[in-house]
Amino acid sequence: MPTKVENLLQQRPVFLIVGVRGFGESLRDAGHQVVFLDWSPPAGGDPKLAALLDDLL
Amino acid sequence: MSLKERINAANEEALRRIVAADPVLVDVAPAGDVIPGLEDRMILHSGPPVTWERMCGAQRGAVIGMCLFEGWAQDPAAAARMLAAGEIALEPNHHHGTVGPMAGTITRNMWVWVVENRAFGNRAFCRQVESFQQFGDHSPDALAGLEKWRDTWGPALGTAVRKMGGVPLKQLVARALLMGDEMHNRVVASSSLFANAVAPHLVVCGLPTEQVVSTLFYAGNHPFLFLGLSMAAAKASMDPVRGVEASTVVTAMARNGTEFGIQVSGLEGEWFTAPAPRVQGLLLPGWKEEDAGLDMGDSAITETVGWGGAALGGAPGILSFTGGTAEQALAFSRDMRGISTGLSPDYLMPALNFEGTAVGIDIRKVVHANLVPVIDTAIAHREPGHGIIGGGIVRPPMECFTKALARFAEKYQG
Repeated sequence: MPTKVENLLQQRPVFLIVGVRGFGESLRDAGHQVVFLDWSPPAGGDPKLAALLDDLL
Repeated sequence: MSLKERINAANEEALRRIVAADPVLVDVAPAGDVIPGLEDRMILHSGPPVTWERMCGAQRGAVIGMCLFEGWAQDPAAAARMLAAGEIALEPNHHHGTVGPMAGTITRNMWVWVVENRAFGNRAFCRQVESFQQFGDHSPDALAGLEKWRDTWGPALGTAVRKMGGVPLKQLVARALLMGDEMHNRVVASSSLFANAVAPHLVVCGLPTEQVVSTLFYAGNHPFLFLGLSMAAAKASMDPVRGVEASTVVTAMARNGTEFGIQVSGLEGEWFTAPAPRVQGLLLPGWKEEDAGLDMGDSAITETVGWGGAALGGAPGILSFTGGTAEQALAFSRDMRGISTGLSPDYLMPALNFEGTAVGIDIRKVVHANLVPVIDTAIAHREPGHGIIGGGIVRPPMECFTKALARFAEKYQG
């Protein structure tokens, strides 16, 4: 009897794309199933602002 | 109590005050009689403080127009000389409990809408909206519109409004939002509702027939009539939110065509500014991109209170003025929720399952999400002497919010 991992590997993959849509769009264009999750680093990735927000938000 | 807990409690109080606001139109009156601190030889303008030297072309044209309107100068060149010599004081509307569309210019003999927030007792003021002088056109035709407002329409509307004992605006705005208005550049429904309400009182208030008929034509056919009222209502609703200690809620967003400025409740009296952005939108036939001036006007007070860009999803009709798609408009309204403190229980959008508009823009959430509010607006020419040239969508510079956040941390973290 195949294990869960073996079952998983026999199915078509579903890609979860976090943040950068471009990565997923090329996979989707190639026929793969893609789920997009909108995400961006806090404060646009600015570490000083992110540190400020740690105390305030 | 931790600082985070203090901020959250302060913002809940700010939200409570915005939601509790009860704006009522109580009068239309000469600005010099009602606006505190508006002196002779003084022009109030939109946006954060600005000098004549740094003023953009459209606002220069508008202040020249006010010098002519007041009779301080006989021609535009003489007016420009007086302004350059510092003979005319220039102060922001927001420093006087007031707002003005586009260049926003107000002097003592300009009549203004007077709106009282009956929940808190404060009053706010806004001049009438038109398509010429407020955009920098100081021609005799443009000034004739101001004179008609001063001599005929303003006094008639003031008489009718006083006879009515005031016009409650909260219910009127809520109804107009259900009819496809967003209270900034789409005020067709609210203008009609207001004209309908005031018309019978105009007819029986004892004024000369010619003045009544002229005012009925004006009120009944002006597609932007209510913008002056919605701006005054928004200002009256937001001013009680000023000075809530430790609140990070934005109390004003305003632009003078040179700079964009914001004010924050817990940092009362301070402006956080950055260069004014360019508006993305549609130009009227005959105008080109390079003709356009930068973002200008106090009208973003409507977005500050949770209308305008925050309510775009419920007002797809406005897209013919600003450009964009209905899907984008819905996304704008959804996005604003992520950077605001709560939702209005009164101002609802049918297109979003009757959910309330986003209320209480929070500088912390704006910076955290790296997402600034959306504003729909008109476009002025970059040079003096022209009327409206287009409309579109604009975003405030993030720099205003990061500066405010840094200053907030400096003041409150110590």
